[in-house]
Amino acid sequence: MTVTKWTAADVARKVIENQSLFILDVRNADAFQDWKIEGHQFDYLNIPYFELLDGVEGILPQIPSDKDILVVCAKEGSSIMVAEMLSEADTTLSLSYLEGGMKSWSGYLEPIKVADLSGNGELYQFVRLGKGCLSYMVISEGEAALIDAVRFTEVFTSFAQEKNVTIKHVFDTHLHADHISGGRSIAEATGATYYLPSKDAEEVVFDYTPLEDGLTVQLGASNIDVGALYSPGHTIGSTSFVVDGKYLLTGDILFIDSIGRPDLAGLADDWVGDLRDTLYRRYRGLAEDLIVLPAHFMIIDELNEDGTVAKRLGDLLADNHGLNIEDEREFRSIVTDHLPPQPNAYQQIRQVNMGKITPDYDEQTEMEIGPNRCAVR
Amino acid sequence: MKADKVVDAKGLACPMPIVRTKKAMDSVASGEVVEIHVTDKGALADFPAWANAGGHTILEQSEDAGVFKFYIKKA
Repeated sequence: MTVTKWTAADVARKVIENQSLFILDVRNADAFQDWKIEGHQFDYLNIPYFELLDGVEGILPQIPSDKDILVVCAKEGSSIMVAEMLSEADTTLSLSYLEGGMKSWSGYLEPIKVADLSGNGELYQFVRLGKGCLSYMVISEGEAALIDAVRFTEVFTSFAQEKNVTIKHVFDTHLHADHISGGRSIAEATGATYYLPSKDAEEVVFDYTPLEDGLTVQLGASNIDVGALYSPGHTIGSTSFVVDGKYLLTGDILFIDSIGRPDLAGLADDWVGDLRDTLYRRYRGLAEDLIVLPAHFMIIDELNEDGTVAKRLGDLLADNHGLNIEDEREFRSIVTDHLPPQPNAYQQIRQVNMGKITPDYDEQTEMEIGPNRCAVR
Repeated sequence: MKADKVVDAKGLACPMPIVRTKKAMDSVASGEVVEIHVTDKGALADFPAWANAGGHTILEQSEDAGVFKFYIKKA
């Protein structure tokens, strides 16, 4: 059989539809251990391409003949070479390679409808499977609001066009440290208002509209509410949103199976009290039937069957470990002393989101390589 | 530093810089040095990992205006 080309969208279908796949990742061991394509039913073999230059015969016994095999590398060149070598060595294998490699995987967004809202409204979650980022679009009768849009701005603007809606409001729940925001560019391109919490924006070098507690915008004729709720802790400005009275967009404060980390702006000790207060007081005062929609997922198990990342607040209050640490000192210790490594280039990424540096597309891609790491479990 | 062989892999994308370097390495004797010029950023991680796997030694590594230079001694 010949080698076929798969796009990141093809791989996303395999993840969301819970299908099996055998991934032969030919990047370095370090790169593979740090970050790979995650799927519920995926098996992996990691052999760097440069160990296969003399032939692939040695690894043939480890390659299954009854599964789709996807060869993956950083960009795509090495995966094509290895896939073709395998195809020559065993013509019965079902071989493909990932077009654009891990770079393209990092940048792929899958839009999934979370719910129909009041009137004819709709709520979409854009799942960035390769990086774990989640962005949101609220649509109602010709108007749209965007929350935590990532930098692939044309995905959102073409989606809005397809849905025949005008993007009116663009929000960032906080100044992101793990990925580059697309919010400001989208607002510039569409004439929408760009909101950022002013407490996170002290160093930004562009104009924005302050996102304050209690600010509410209404969308479309049925006036779907998008309301801001100040919820500091991941950053001092972090703000949540309640959409249509039913959905709680928590930004990087509360995730499905973890909670936000307070250290990415260098002030963990100062902000841990705010984080505690948001998670144990502010959120506990809200209706338990709210559906939590976070700005990230960390592991593939956090995806629901339809590919969305969403869970009832009441269930999280009962099950999420980070919401159930009685002892304040223990909580403080967990979110300040036992933190995972920081996201790749997080300080530079903050600078980009403040408008202080303007890297080109390739440099932005490099900065965002790797998992998001915004949570503590 | 004096090299026994020079590989110009500027402008080439992965996997070609390593493929060419491997060929050059196969053609020199143990203890001889191959000098590589490469522009693909992936080389920064790949050359050390590849050299390490083969037991070769990176004697020197530098960057000048986007061109990475490696001197690798054959095992």
